[in-house]
Amino acid sequence: MMKKVHGELPHWVDTALIPAVNLVVALLVAGLVVLIIGENPLEALGILLKGALGSVRGWSYMLYYATNFTFTGLAVAVAFHAGLFNIGGEGQAYVAGLGAALAGLGLEFLPWPIALLIGIMAAMAFGALWGFIPGYLQARRGSHIVITTIMFNFIAASLMVYLINNWFRPAGRMAVESREITHISLVNLLPPSPLNAAVFLAGLAAWFTWYLLWRTRLGYEIRAVGANPEAAVYAGIKPQRVIMITMAISGALAGLMAVNEVLGVHHRLILEFAGGAGFVGIAVALMGRSHPVGVVLAALLFGLLYQGGAELSFAKPAITRDMIVVIQGLVILFMGALEQAFRPVLAAFFFAPEKA
Amino acid sequence: MNKRTLLVALAALAAAGYYFYGSGGGSSDKPAPGTPAVVFDTGGKFDKSFNEGIYNGAEKFKTETSQAYGEFEITNEAQREQALRNFADKGYSPIIAAGFAQAAALGKVAAEYPNIKFAIIDDSSITLPNVQSIVFKEEEGSYLVGLLAAMASKTGKVGFVGGMDIPLIRKFACGYVQGVKATNPAATVFQNMTGDTGAAWNDPVKGGELTKAQIAQGADVIYHAAGGTGVGVLQAAADNGALGIGVDSNQNGLHPGKVLTSMLKRVDVAVYNVMKSAKDGSFKAGTTSLGLAQDGVGYAMDDNNKALVSPPMIAAADAAKAAIVAGTLQVHDYMTDEKCPVQ
Repeated sequence: MMKKVHGELPHWVDTALIPAVNLVVALLVAGLVVLIIGENPLEALGILLKGALGSVRGWSYMLYYATNFTFTGLAVAVAFHAGLFNIGGEGQAYVAGLGAALAGLGLEFLPWPIALLIGIMAAMAFGALWGFIPGYLQARRGSHIVITTIMFNFIAASLMVYLINNWFRPAGRMAVESREITHISLVNLLPPSPLNAAVFLAGLAAWFTWYLLWRTRLGYEIRAVGANPEAAVYAGIKPQRVIMITMAISGALAGLMAVNEVLGVHHRLILEFAGGAGFVGIAVALMGRSHPVGVVLAALLFGLLYQGGAELSFAKPAITRDMIVVIQGLVILFMGALEQAFRPVLAAFFFAPEKA
Repeated sequence: MNKRTLLVALAALAAAGYYFYGSGGGSSDKPAPGTPAVVFDTGGKFDKSFNEGIYNGAEKFKTETSQAYGEFEITNEAQREQALRNFADKGYSPIIAAGFAQAAALGKVAAEYPNIKFAIIDDSSITLPNVQSIVFKEEEGSYLVGLLAAMASKTGKVGFVGGMDIPLIRKFACGYVQGVKATNPAATVFQNMTGDTGAAWNDPVKGGELTKAQIAQGADVIYHAAGGTGVGVLQAAADNGALGIGVDSNQNGLHPGKVLTSMLKRVDVAVYNVMKSAKDGSFKAGTTSLGLAQDGVGYAMDDNNKALVSPPMIAAADAAKAAIVAGTLQVHDYMTDEKCPVQ
């Protein structure tokens, strides 16, 4: 009788057990690093988990970070489905802040619900524009999307420093930021934590992404182009058009992060508010297998690591912020890059009884 | 991924949360009353410059009084408020925030904790009865090193490398240019900024490239106000036969004999004084402005640059210093009208 070694693993092994094993191994290796610098790994893990899950404030900070990572993760995920590697989430979110701030500061004559709605739309529109241009350059000019989106991150940074410094900053103020946006803001759910109504927007965005990709014609076209652009042409799909639309949608999703930061947390346009979340989104999308549910779960994990990590370096100054980055990096390494490493072991374990 | 997996994962998360929630806040251990705390800016405490000056001041206080202090290095914007509130929650006082970027967060948290003393460096926008704001007259110190640069330059061309094009750095640059032009009106000053992201404060390679470009145009003395980037500026100046000028901390020793001087911004003294005044009860709210008269800024002389700064140069710098302190020489502060009279 044939050994069934290459058969299908049960579904729950693929979706739950393998990620769990990867996470445990990542934490073990991170624990070794903590041990080397002379701290107790179990205590460190305890502080990390307690810092994120041990209080209402910890939870709210975790969800706040997860909100950002969900937006940028979805942005990367949508582009992945069309075979595009959008590294520009950072810049798209940054420029989107401009839209949110312009609406917040400039539309004070409108009733606030309308102004808020316009603010959210403007953030998405500015983000979409910043994604569309590299999409256009890829589709019509053949400039590789990876290069152009990286470049657009730098252009966004220069543009924003110039605009905030010379247009938005009140005269005589040292801090590089706009005046406070008082007219519109998203409801703060658990003050004083930064968690706000944008977290629901993140849930909505995840649902929208799922619906778009698997329930609409455009979503089918996106996935078809991602799977095989040449074949897509024979199905009557225009890859150029799909690439540009996908990048605009991707940019709009990243742009929603600016709604969370500018209208929900800081209530002003500040320097570098994206703070690397655009890049974390890449890891989130990879870890979440570019599926909205996976993205949300990965975003929660990163939110936990961010919040717990902050509490850890707060409680243990010996574990510096760079150490926290190492721990986060190990989790990405094992859950993203080495995700299949333990698969053969588990497969052997599951199919061993059939040998007899 | 399916719905069941999602439910299982959420249930696991909730269970973990319940478990840890029951065990209470992990960081509830409170420090002794009157323990100070420092929140460093994104540059990190070992930036050889601004944050390191603050670290040195806190360490000096710790050594002298055996009083430990809390510390936190910011990695993202949301952490500013979080860190300040964390320290305030636990009863740390005074809490010192490094850098103008913390102003909005500090204003908010300080209002919530009126019984805790706060201090902020490089910002004077907060007027609360429990907040001390400390600002420096960077233009006065920069004027003196500009004067020294102009006297040391053989080509009549000097350089300035800033971190990012923000008001604080323009303030440094404006004082420097005034000092250069007052000494040699025909001098040329090249000005470059390193970048537009946070990396601009920690990019020695780019700093070195800008310095080499300025040297290629004829500059032979280069001043930097660029945080960690400045390490590359001083290195490139030393490697290419030019003189560097350090900033914030005394950087003369990084390349002995190749660093003309350093514009000292005594954030270490400021931090030390805040901690000491809080300890002996003389802490005062309000804005403190530290210039040449208070020895808050100045230029560094030590064994490393003794041979570079001649007695006539020292005499000229000291004369200018005396005139500034006496008020007979006015150095224009860029922040008053956001314009610089000379370029």
